Amino acid sequence: MTAATLNPRLQEIVDDFNAMPGKERLQLLLEFSQDLPPLPDRYAEDRSRLEPVPECQSPLFLAVEVEPDATVHLFFEAPREAPTTRGFASILHAGLDGLPAEEVLATPGEFTSQLGLQDLVSPLRLRGMAAMLARIKRQIRDQRG
Amino acid sequence: MALPYDSAVKFQDYAHPQMIVSTEWLAEHLGDPGLVVAESDEDVLLYETGHIPGAVKLDWHTELNDPVTRDYVDGPGFAALMSEKGISRDTTLVLYGDRNNWWAAYALWVCSLFGHPDVRLLDGGRAKWIAEGRELSTSEPKRQQADYPVVDRDDQQIRAFASQVLAHLGQPMIDVRSPGEYTGELLHMPDYPQEGALRGGHIPGATNVPWARAAAEDATFRTRAELEAIYHGEAGLSPDDDVVVYCRIGERSSHTWFVLQHLLGYPHVRNYDGSWTEWGNSVRVPIRRGENP
Repeated sequence: MTAATLNPRLQEIVDDFNAMPGKERLQLLLEFSQDLPPLPDRYAEDRSRLEPVPECQSPLFLAVEVEPDATVHLFFEAPREAPTTRGFASILHAGLDGLPAEEVLATPGEFTSQLGLQDLVSPLRLRGMAAMLARIKRQIRDQRG
Repeated sequence: MALPYDSAVKFQDYAHPQMIVSTEWLAEHLGDPGLVVAESDEDVLLYETGHIPGAVKLDWHTELNDPVTRDYVDGPGFAALMSEKGISRDTTLVLYGDRNNWWAAYALWVCSLFGHPDVRLLDGGRAKWIAEGRELSTSEPKRQQADYPVVDRDDQQIRAFASQVLAHLGQPMIDVRSPGEYTGELLHMPDYPQEGALRGGHIPGATNVPWARAAAEDATFRTRAELEAIYHGEAGLSPDDDVVVYCRIGERSSHTWFVLQHLLGYPHVRNYDGSWTEWGNSVRVPIRRGENP
Protein backbone atom coordinates (compact mmCIF):
# COMPACT_ATOMS: atom_id res chain seq x y z
CA MET A 1 0.00 0.00 0.00
CA THR A 2 1.51 3.30 -1.02
CA ALA A 3 1.13 5.92 1.64
CA ALA A 4 -0.70 8.81 0.03
CA THR A 5 0.39 12.11 1.50
CA LEU A 6 -1.87 13.72 4.08
CA ASN A 7 -1.89 17.40 4.77
CA PRO A 8 0.22 18.23 7.86
CA ARG A 9 -2.77 18.82 10.15
CA LEU A 10 -4.44 15.55 9.31
CA GLN A 11 -1.10 13.77 9.50
CA GLU A 12 -0.59 15.12 13.01
CA ILE A 13 -4.00 13.76 14.05
CA VAL A 14 -3.14 10.37 12.56
CA ASP A 15 0.19 10.42 14.41
CA ASP A 16 -1.50 11.36 17.68
CA PHE A 17 -3.87 8.41 17.42
CA ASN A 18 -1.12 5.98 16.56
CA ALA A 19 1.07 7.15 19.41
CA MET A 20 -1.49 5.84 21.90
CA PRO A 21 -2.40 2.36 23.06
CA GLY A 22 -5.79 1.05 21.95
CA LYS A 23 -8.06 2.11 24.75
CA GLU A 24 -6.66 5.61 24.95
CA ARG A 25 -7.42 6.06 21.26
CA LEU A 26 -11.09 5.84 22.16
CA GLN A 27 -10.53 8.51 24.80
CA LEU A 28 -8.91 10.75 22.20
CA LEU A 29 -11.86 10.17 19.88
CA LEU A 30 -14.16 11.11 22.75
CA GLU A 31 -12.23 14.37 23.21
CA PHE A 32 -12.61 15.12 19.51
CA SER A 33 -16.35 14.50 19.80
CA GLN A 34 -16.56 17.07 22.59
CA ASP A 35 -14.70 19.63 20.50
CA LEU A 36 -16.96 19.56 17.46
CA PRO A 37 -18.03 23.19 16.92
CA PRO A 38 -21.78 23.84 16.98
CA LEU A 39 -23.60 24.70 13.77
CA PRO A 40 -23.68 28.40 12.95
CA ASP A 41 -27.14 29.95 13.12
CA ARG A 42 -27.55 30.15 9.37
CA TYR A 43 -27.60 26.35 9.24
CA ALA A 44 -29.29 25.70 12.53
CA GLU A 45 -32.20 27.87 11.34
CA ASP A 46 -32.41 26.41 7.85
CA ARG A 47 -31.71 22.73 8.04
CA SER A 48 -32.70 22.17 4.43
CA ARG A 49 -29.22 23.45 3.55
CA LEU A 50 -27.60 20.50 5.30
CA GLU A 51 -26.77 17.27 3.51
CA PRO A 52 -27.63 14.07 5.39
CA VAL A 53 -25.04 11.29 5.47
CA PRO A 54 -27.09 8.10 5.69
CA GLU A 55 -23.99 5.92 5.64
CA CYS A 56 -23.39 6.97 9.21
CA GLN A 57 -25.50 4.79 11.45
CA SER A 58 -26.34 7.80 13.56
CA PRO A 59 -27.86 10.95 12.12
CA LEU A 60 -25.19 13.20 10.70
CA PHE A 61 -25.61 16.30 8.60
CA LEU A 62 -22.94 18.35 6.94
CA ALA A 63 -22.52 21.51 4.93
CA VAL A 64 -19.60 22.67 2.82
CA GLU A 65 -18.77 26.23 1.85
CA VAL A 66 -16.10 27.12 -0.68
CA GLU A 67 -14.99 30.75 -0.64
CA PRO A 68 -14.05 32.59 -3.85
CA ASP A 69 -10.36 32.04 -3.01
CA ALA A 70 -11.15 28.29 -2.75
CA THR A 71 -10.88 28.09 1.03
CA VAL A 72 -13.12 25.29 2.30
CA HIS A 73 -15.29 25.54 5.41
CA LEU A 74 -16.98 22.52 6.92
CA PHE A 75 -20.01 22.34 9.20
CA PHE A 76 -21.34 19.26 10.93
CA GLU A 77 -24.22 18.33 13.11
CA ALA A 78 -24.53 15.08 15.03
CA PRO A 79 -26.40 14.43 18.27
CA ARG A 80 -24.64 14.18 21.63
CA GLU A 81 -25.89 10.60 21.82
CA ALA A 82 -23.64 9.74 18.89
CA PRO A 83 -20.15 10.54 20.19
CA THR A 84 -18.36 8.29 17.72
CA THR A 85 -19.98 9.96 14.74
CA ARG A 86 -19.30 13.36 16.30
CA GLY A 87 -15.70 12.34 16.86
CA PHE A 88 -15.22 11.42 13.22
CA ALA A 89 -16.83 14.66 12.07
CA SER A 90 -14.60 16.56 14.47
CA ILE A 91 -11.47 14.87 13.09
CA LEU A 92 -12.44 15.95 9.58
CA HIS A 93 -13.16 19.45 10.85
CA ALA A 94 -9.86 19.71 12.70
CA GLY A 95 -7.94 18.25 9.78
CA LEU A 96 -9.58 19.94 6.80
CA ASP A 97 -11.52 23.08 7.72
CA GLY A 98 -9.91 26.23 6.30
CA LEU A 99 -7.73 24.41 3.79
CA PRO A 100 -7.69 25.18 0.06
CA ALA A 101 -10.09 23.06 -1.98
CA GLU A 102 -7.27 21.28 -3.80
CA GLU A 103 -5.82 20.02 -0.53
CA VAL A 104 -9.16 18.74 0.70
CA LEU A 105 -9.77 17.00 -2.64
CA ALA A 106 -6.31 15.41 -2.41
CA THR A 107 -7.13 13.74 0.93
CA PRO A 108 -7.04 9.99 0.29
CA GLY A 109 -10.32 8.28 1.14
CA GLU A 110 -8.47 5.48 2.90
CA PHE A 111 -6.90 7.79 5.49
CA THR A 112 -9.65 6.63 7.87
CA SER A 113 -7.88 3.29 8.09
CA GLN A 114 -4.68 4.96 9.27
CA LEU A 115 -6.12 6.13 12.59
CA GLY A 116 -5.57 2.74 14.22
CA LEU A 117 -9.25 2.47 15.12
CA GLN A 118 -10.26 -0.52 13.02
CA ASP A 119 -9.96 -2.93 15.94
CA LEU A 120 -11.95 -0.62 18.20
CA VAL A 121 -14.69 0.71 15.98
CA SER A 122 -16.76 -1.29 13.52
CA PRO A 123 -15.77 -1.16 9.85
CA LEU A 124 -19.20 0.20 9.00
CA ARG A 125 -18.58 3.22 11.21
CA LEU A 126 -15.22 3.85 9.63
CA ARG A 127 -16.96 3.67 6.27
CA GLY A 128 -19.30 6.33 7.63
CA MET A 129 -16.33 8.65 8.05
CA ALA A 130 -15.11 7.81 4.55
CA ALA A 131 -18.62 8.61 3.30
CA MET A 132 -18.49 12.03 4.99
CA LEU A 133 -15.22 12.74 3.23
CA ALA A 134 -16.59 11.51 -0.12
CA ARG A 135 -19.62 13.80 0.22
CA ILE A 136 -17.44 16.76 1.21
CA LYS A 137 -15.33 16.24 -1.89
CA ARG A 138 -18.39 15.90 -4.11
CA GLN A 139 -19.86 19.12 -2.74
CA ILE A 140 -16.59 20.94 -3.37
CA ARG A 141 -16.53 19.73 -6.95
CA ASP A 142 -20.18 20.67 -7.44
CA GLN A 143 -19.68 24.14 -6.04
CA ARG A 144 -16.61 24.79 -8.11
CA GLY A 145 -18.39 23.61 -11.26
CA MET B 1 -28.75 -16.38 43.68
CA ALA B 2 -31.14 -14.66 41.30
CA LEU B 3 -32.69 -11.33 42.13
CA PRO B 4 -36.48 -11.06 42.40
CA TYR B 5 -38.40 -10.43 39.22
CA ASP B 6 -39.94 -7.10 38.37
CA SER B 7 -43.64 -7.29 39.10
CA ALA B 8 -44.54 -4.24 36.97
CA VAL B 9 -48.03 -4.70 35.54
CA LYS B 10 -47.04 -4.13 31.91
CA PHE B 11 -44.56 -7.01 32.00
CA GLN B 12 -47.04 -9.54 33.31
CA ASP B 13 -48.72 -9.64 29.90
CA TYR B 14 -45.50 -10.75 28.24
CA ALA B 15 -44.79 -14.43 27.75
CA HIS B 16 -41.54 -14.31 29.75
CA PRO B 17 -41.83 -11.38 32.19
CA GLN B 18 -38.69 -12.57 33.96
CA MET B 19 -36.65 -11.36 30.96
CA ILE B 20 -37.31 -7.67 31.47
CA VAL B 21 -36.97 -5.05 34.22
CA SER B 22 -38.03 -1.43 34.53
CA THR B 23 -35.83 1.54 35.36
CA GLU B 24 -37.63 1.76 38.74
CA TRP B 25 -36.71 -1.84 39.53
CA LEU B 26 -33.10 -1.30 38.52
CA ALA B 27 -32.76 1.90 40.55
CA GLU B 28 -34.06 0.01 43.56
CA HIS B 29 -31.72 -2.96 43.11
CA LEU B 30 -28.57 -1.17 41.94
CA GLY B 31 -25.69 -2.41 44.06
CA ASP B 32 -27.45 -5.59 45.20
CA PRO B 33 -25.13 -8.59 45.46
CA GLY B 34 -25.68 -10.99 42.60
CA LEU B 35 -26.55 -8.25 40.12
CA VAL B 36 -24.33 -7.03 37.31
CA VAL B 37 -25.50 -4.30 34.94
CA ALA B 38 -23.86 -4.12 31.52
CA GLU B 39 -24.20 -1.43 28.88
CA SER B 40 -23.95 -2.40 25.24
CA ASP B 41 -24.27 0.42 22.74
CA GLU B 42 -24.33 0.92 19.05
CA ASP B 43 -22.02 3.86 19.65
CA VAL B 44 -18.87 2.46 21.23
CA LEU B 45 -17.99 5.76 22.93
CA LEU B 46 -21.30 6.36 24.63
CA TYR B 47 -20.51 4.39 27.78
CA GLU B 48 -17.49 6.64 28.38
CA THR B 49 -19.68 9.76 28.30
CA GLY B 50 -21.62 8.46 31.32
CA HIS B 51 -23.31 5.20 32.30
CA ILE B 52 -25.52 3.75 35.00
CA PRO B 53 -23.38 3.74 38.18
CA GLY B 54 -21.52 0.47 38.53
CA ALA B 55 -22.41 -0.75 35.05
CA VAL B 56 -19.69 -2.48 33.04
CA LYS B 57 -19.24 -1.99 29.31
CA LEU B 58 -19.88 -4.88 26.96
CA ASP B 59 -18.54 -4.04 23.54
CA TRP B 60 -20.30 -5.91 20.75
CA HIS B 61 -17.58 -5.26 18.22
CA THR B 62 -14.41 -6.05 20.12
CA GLU B 63 -15.65 -8.45 22.80
CA LEU B 64 -18.52 -10.57 21.55
CA ASN B 65 -17.02 -11.40 18.16
CA ASP B 66 -14.15 -13.69 17.31
CA PRO B 67 -11.37 -11.38 16.12
CA VAL B 68 -10.54 -13.50 13.04
CA THR B 69 -13.41 -15.75 11.97
CA ARG B 70 -16.82 -14.22 11.36
CA ASP B 71 -18.37 -15.82 14.41
CA TYR B 72 -18.98 -15.15 18.08
CA VAL B 73 -16.54 -15.92 20.83
CA ASP B 74 -16.32 -19.59 21.77
CA GLY B 75 -16.96 -21.17 25.17
CA PRO B 76 -13.53 -20.37 26.67
CA GLY B 77 -13.66 -16.87 25.18
CA PHE B 78 -17.09 -16.20 26.64
CA ALA B 79 -16.04 -17.57 30.03
CA ALA B 80 -12.98 -15.30 30.05
CA LEU B 81 -15.05 -12.29 29.04
CA MET B 82 -17.73 -12.86 31.67
CA SER B 83 -15.15 -13.56 34.38
CA GLU B 84 -13.29 -10.37 33.56
CA LYS B 85 -16.54 -8.39 33.91
CA GLY B 86 -17.19 -9.95 37.28
CA ILE B 87 -20.10 -12.06 36.02
CA SER B 88 -20.65 -15.58 37.36
CA ARG B 89 -22.99 -18.23 36.03
CA ASP B 90 -25.47 -17.37 38.81
CA THR B 91 -25.29 -13.60 38.29
CA THR B 92 -28.47 -11.74 37.40
CA LEU B 93 -27.26 -9.88 34.34
CA VAL B 94 -29.23 -6.80 33.29
CA LEU B 95 -28.37 -5.42 29.87
CA TYR B 96 -29.21 -2.01 28.54
CA GLY B 97 -28.07 0.26 25.75
CA ASP B 98 -28.76 3.03 23.31
CA ARG B 99 -31.19 3.12 20.41
CA ASN B 100 -34.09 1.10 21.82
CA ASN B 101 -31.73 -1.50 23.28
CA TRP B 102 -30.71 -2.55 19.80
CA TRP B 103 -27.23 -3.76 20.80
CA ALA B 104 -28.27 -4.74 24.28
CA ALA B 105 -30.71 -7.19 22.69
CA TYR B 106 -27.87 -8.44 20.53
CA ALA B 107 -25.68 -8.97 23.60
CA LEU B 108 -28.58 -10.74 25.29
CA TRP B 109 -28.97 -13.03 22.29
CA VAL B 110 -25.25 -13.89 22.40
CA CYS B 111 -25.50 -14.57 26.15
CA SER B 112 -28.44 -16.84 25.33
CA LEU B 113 -26.27 -18.84 22.91
CA PHE B 114 -24.31 -19.76 26.02
CA GLY B 115 -27.46 -20.34 28.04
CA HIS B 116 -26.75 -17.77 30.72
CA PRO B 117 -29.55 -18.63 33.17
CA ASP B 118 -30.67 -15.15 34.23
CA VAL B 119 -30.25 -12.34 31.74
CA ARG B 120 -32.74 -9.47 31.43
CA LEU B 121 -33.22 -6.32 29.41
CA LEU B 122 -33.80 -2.91 30.93
CA ASP B 123 -37.05 -1.70 29.34
CA GLY B 124 -36.40 1.64 27.66
CA GLY B 125 -32.64 1.23 27.98
CA ARG B 126 -30.25 4.10 28.25
CA ALA B 127 -32.65 6.69 26.84
CA LYS B 128 -35.34 6.11 29.46
CA TRP B 129 -32.85 6.06 32.34
CA ILE B 130 -31.51 9.45 31.20
CA ALA B 131 -34.96 10.88 30.39
CA GLU B 132 -35.99 10.17 33.96
CA GLY B 133 -33.05 12.17 35.25
CA ARG B 134 -31.44 9.19 36.93
CA GLU B 135 -27.82 9.19 37.99
CA LEU B 136 -24.98 8.62 35.53
CA SER B 137 -21.34 8.03 36.27
CA THR B 138 -18.18 8.30 34.22
CA SER B 139 -16.00 6.31 36.60
CA GLU B 140 -15.12 2.82 35.50
CA PRO B 141 -16.27 0.28 38.08
CA LYS B 142 -13.64 -1.99 39.59
CA ARG B 143 -15.25 -5.38 39.62
CA GLN B 144 -13.69 -8.41 41.15
CA GLN B 145 -12.73 -11.13 38.69
CA ALA B 146 -15.34 -13.90 38.69
CA ASP B 147 -15.02 -17.55 37.73
CA TYR B 148 -17.40 -18.19 34.86
CA PRO B 149 -17.40 -21.82 33.69
CA VAL B 150 -16.63 -22.79 30.10
CA VAL B 151 -20.00 -23.53 28.50
CA ASP B 152 -20.30 -24.71 24.91
CA ARG B 153 -22.13 -22.34 22.63
CA ASP B 154 -25.41 -23.83 21.42
CA ASP B 155 -25.99 -22.72 17.82
CA GLN B 156 -28.94 -25.05 17.26
CA GLN B 157 -31.84 -23.37 19.01
CA ILE B 158 -31.84 -19.66 18.31
CA ARG B 159 -29.28 -19.24 15.54
CA ALA B 160 -29.70 -19.98 11.83
CA PHE B 161 -27.01 -20.39 9.20
CA ALA B 162 -27.34 -19.71 5.47
CA SER B 163 -27.84 -23.36 4.51
CA GLN B 164 -30.66 -23.61 7.05
CA VAL B 165 -32.25 -20.45 5.72
CA LEU B 166 -32.15 -21.92 2.20
CA ALA B 167 -33.95 -24.97 3.52
CA HIS B 168 -36.39 -22.68 5.31
CA LEU B 169 -37.52 -20.82 2.15
CA GLY B 170 -41.29 -20.73 1.99
CA GLN B 171 -41.67 -20.68 5.76
CA PRO B 172 -42.15 -17.56 7.89
CA MET B 173 -39.33 -15.09 7.77
CA ILE B 174 -39.07 -11.48 8.95
CA ASP B 175 -36.69 -8.99 7.39
CA VAL B 176 -36.32 -6.28 10.04
CA ARG B 177 -34.35 -3.78 7.96
CA SER B 178 -35.65 -0.45 6.70
CA PRO B 179 -38.04 -0.50 3.72
CA GLY B 180 -35.30 0.86 1.44
CA GLU B 181 -32.95 -1.97 2.30
CA TYR B 182 -35.78 -4.49 1.90
CA THR B 183 -36.81 -3.41 -1.57
CA GLY B 184 -33.19 -3.17 -2.66
CA GLU B 185 -33.32 0.47 -3.63
CA LEU B 186 -30.66 1.48 -1.09
CA LEU B 187 -27.98 -0.22 -3.15
CA HIS B 188 -28.96 1.83 -6.17
CA MET B 189 -27.69 5.18 -4.95
CA PRO B 190 -24.95 6.16 -7.39
CA ASP B 191 -21.48 7.18 -6.19
CA TYR B 192 -22.17 6.50 -2.55
CA PRO B 193 -20.53 3.88 -0.40
CA GLN B 194 -22.72 0.84 -0.07
CA GLU B 195 -23.80 -1.28 2.84
CA GLY B 196 -21.31 -4.00 2.11
CA ALA B 197 -23.47 -6.26 -0.04
CA LEU B 198 -23.14 -6.77 -3.78
CA ARG B 199 -26.85 -7.32 -4.34
CA GLY B 200 -29.85 -5.53 -2.91
CA GLY B 201 -33.26 -6.88 -2.01
CA HIS B 202 -34.54 -9.47 0.42
CA ILE B 203 -34.81 -13.21 0.92
CA PRO B 204 -37.87 -14.44 -1.02
CA GLY B 205 -40.83 -14.90 1.27
CA ALA B 206 -39.57 -12.60 4.02
CA THR B 207 -42.03 -10.03 5.34
CA ASN B 208 -40.69 -6.57 6.11
CA VAL B 209 -41.27 -5.43 9.69
CA PRO B 210 -38.65 -2.82 10.62
CA TRP B 211 -37.30 -3.79 14.04
CA ALA B 212 -37.90 -0.45 15.77
CA ARG B 213 -41.65 -0.76 15.33
CA ALA B 214 -41.56 -2.93 18.44
CA ALA B 215 -40.39 0.08 20.44
CA ALA B 216 -42.49 2.98 21.67
CA GLU B 217 -41.43 6.63 21.57
CA ASP B 218 -39.68 6.35 24.92
CA ALA B 219 -37.66 3.32 23.72
CA THR B 220 -39.64 0.88 25.87
CA PHE B 221 -41.18 -2.20 24.30
CA ARG B 222 -44.72 -1.83 23.07
CA THR B 223 -47.38 -3.61 25.05
CA ARG B 224 -48.23 -7.19 24.26
CA ALA B 225 -51.46 -6.15 22.55
CA GLU B 226 -49.61 -3.66 20.34
CA LEU B 227 -46.94 -6.23 19.48
CA GLU B 228 -49.57 -8.80 18.58
CA ALA B 229 -51.25 -6.28 16.28
CA ILE B 230 -47.95 -5.87 14.42
CA TYR B 231 -46.62 -9.42 14.29
CA HIS B 232 -49.85 -11.40 14.23
CA GLY B 233 -52.18 -8.91 12.62
CA GLU B 234 -49.97 -7.27 10.04
CA ALA B 235 -47.18 -9.78 9.47
CA GLY B 236 -49.48 -12.79 9.79
CA LEU B 237 -47.26 -14.79 12.14
CA SER B 238 -48.65 -17.21 14.66
CA PRO B 239 -46.93 -18.37 17.83
CA ASP B 240 -46.34 -21.94 16.69
CA ASP B 241 -44.55 -20.79 13.53
CA ASP B 242 -40.94 -21.65 12.92
CA VAL B 243 -39.59 -18.14 12.27
CA VAL B 244 -36.26 -16.87 10.95
CA VAL B 245 -35.38 -13.21 11.46
CA TYR B 246 -32.53 -11.32 9.83
CA CYS B 247 -31.17 -7.84 9.11
CA ARG B 248 -27.72 -6.77 7.95
CA ILE B 249 -25.43 -8.53 10.42
CA GLY B 250 -27.92 -9.93 12.91
CA GLU B 251 -28.04 -7.10 15.46
CA ARG B 252 -31.33 -5.39 14.67
CA SER B 253 -32.92 -8.80 14.23
CA SER B 254 -31.80 -9.78 17.74
CA HIS B 255 -34.24 -7.16 18.96
CA THR B 256 -37.08 -8.75 16.98
CA TRP B 257 -35.92 -12.20 18.11
CA PHE B 258 -36.29 -11.00 21.71
CA VAL B 259 -39.78 -9.67 21.01
CA LEU B 260 -41.01 -12.85 19.33
CA GLN B 261 -39.31 -15.31 21.67
CA HIS B 262 -39.65 -13.64 25.04
CA LEU B 263 -42.40 -11.05 24.84
CA LEU B 264 -44.77 -12.99 22.57
CA GLY B 265 -43.54 -16.43 23.60
CA TYR B 266 -42.78 -18.04 20.24
CA PRO B 267 -40.81 -21.20 20.99
CA HIS B 268 -39.14 -21.46 17.56
CA VAL B 269 -37.38 -18.27 16.53
CA ARG B 270 -33.94 -18.24 15.04
CA ASN B 271 -31.75 -15.25 14.25
CA TYR B 272 -29.86 -15.52 10.97
CA ASP B 273 -26.80 -13.49 11.95
CA GLY B 274 -25.13 -13.89 8.57
CA SER B 275 -28.04 -11.75 7.41
CA TRP B 276 -27.87 -9.54 4.34
CA THR B 277 -24.10 -9.06 4.40
CA GLU B 278 -23.85 -12.81 3.78
CA TRP B 279 -26.95 -13.42 1.66
CA GLY B 280 -26.49 -10.36 -0.55
CA ASN B 281 -22.92 -11.46 -1.34
CA SER B 282 -23.63 -15.15 -1.89
CA VAL B 283 -23.54 -16.70 -5.34
CA ARG B 284 -26.81 -18.02 -6.78
CA VAL B 285 -29.02 -17.65 -3.72
CA PRO B 286 -32.51 -16.42 -4.57
CA ILE B 287 -33.18 -12.71 -4.02
CA ARG B 288 -36.32 -10.70 -4.48
CA ARG B 289 -36.52 -6.97 -5.19
CA GLY B 290 -39.38 -4.64 -4.48
CA GLU B 291 -42.09 -4.42 -1.91
CA ASN B 292 -43.62 -7.88 -2.21
CA PRO B 293 -42.36 -10.74 -0.05
